[in-house]
Amino acid sequence: MVAQNLFFYAFAAVILFSALRVVTSQNVVHAALYLVAVLASVGAIYVVLAAEFVAATQVLVYIGAIIVLFLFGIMLTRAKIGRDQDLTHDSWIGAAFTGLLLFGVMAYSLIDAFGWTRTPLPADTRIATINGSNTATVSDSIFSQYLVPFEAVSVLLLSALVGAIVLARKD
Amino acid sequence: MDDLLLNQFLLLGAALFCIGVYGVIARRNAVLVLMSIELILNSVNINLIAFGAIHGSITGAVFALFVIAVAAAEVGVGLALVLLIYRNRKSVDLNDVAEMKG
Repeated sequence: MVAQNLFFYAFAAVILFSALRVVTSQNVVHAALYLVAVLASVGAIYVVLAAEFVAATQVLVYIGAIIVLFLFGIMLTRAKIGRDQDLTHDSWIGAAFTGLLLFGVMAYSLIDAFGWTRTPLPADTRIATINGSNTATVSDSIFSQYLVPFEAVSVLLLSALVGAIVLARKD
Repeated sequence: MDDLLLNQFLLLGAALFCIGVYGVIARRNAVLVLMSIELILNSVNINLIAFGAIHGSITGAVFALFVIAVAAAEVGVGLALVLLIYRNRKSVDLNDVAEMKG
């Protein structure tokens, strides 16, 4: 029990620190690399919640593909490699105020609504597992109950691919 | 501290969401704004999976997978747009893209 809490708090600390560095770093490439730390730690949080297939997808799609896209974007837009003072608006105080206010409202309402509700631990989780894993349950669910949204996502990915090529093509 | 609370995950998601909102508002570089949007989408995924775990349902994980797919599509189109802006004005500073400002 304590081990899962220690795991959670260690990765939550990494997430919050790295996320703050993503939005405050004055170096574009450093921000992208801190984003890798955020995404990997979020994947670890998924493992705590017994969603190991989503954790694997997070590593493959986010860290494997999206970060590479970001690095390509940074290189193609010829952002200055190194420190750059012009990455943040002068009026960042207002943005910080907005973020803190939003967090205050959300934290108050979450604590008010869910106070001390316990999360079932992965060991005694009520999710139906097959051979101790819920990957089979996820795939059964996708290919029966959520087949139409799954096909819609396939069409969305195809149209995004075609749209990105049309937009970025030199002609 | 002997059991996992639902609010641990929800408050982590809320904090990550607010950091992402700060980044979207405060950053001037368009690529960094897209990175902040990724932070927001990840906070939503943490919430979906936490609620799925507490209700003993697999639906949260399935919707998190859909969100990951939509995020991939969004980054592809978004970076193509940023590339187009860069090609037209040799800069990705969002303060320069202000023709619609009244």
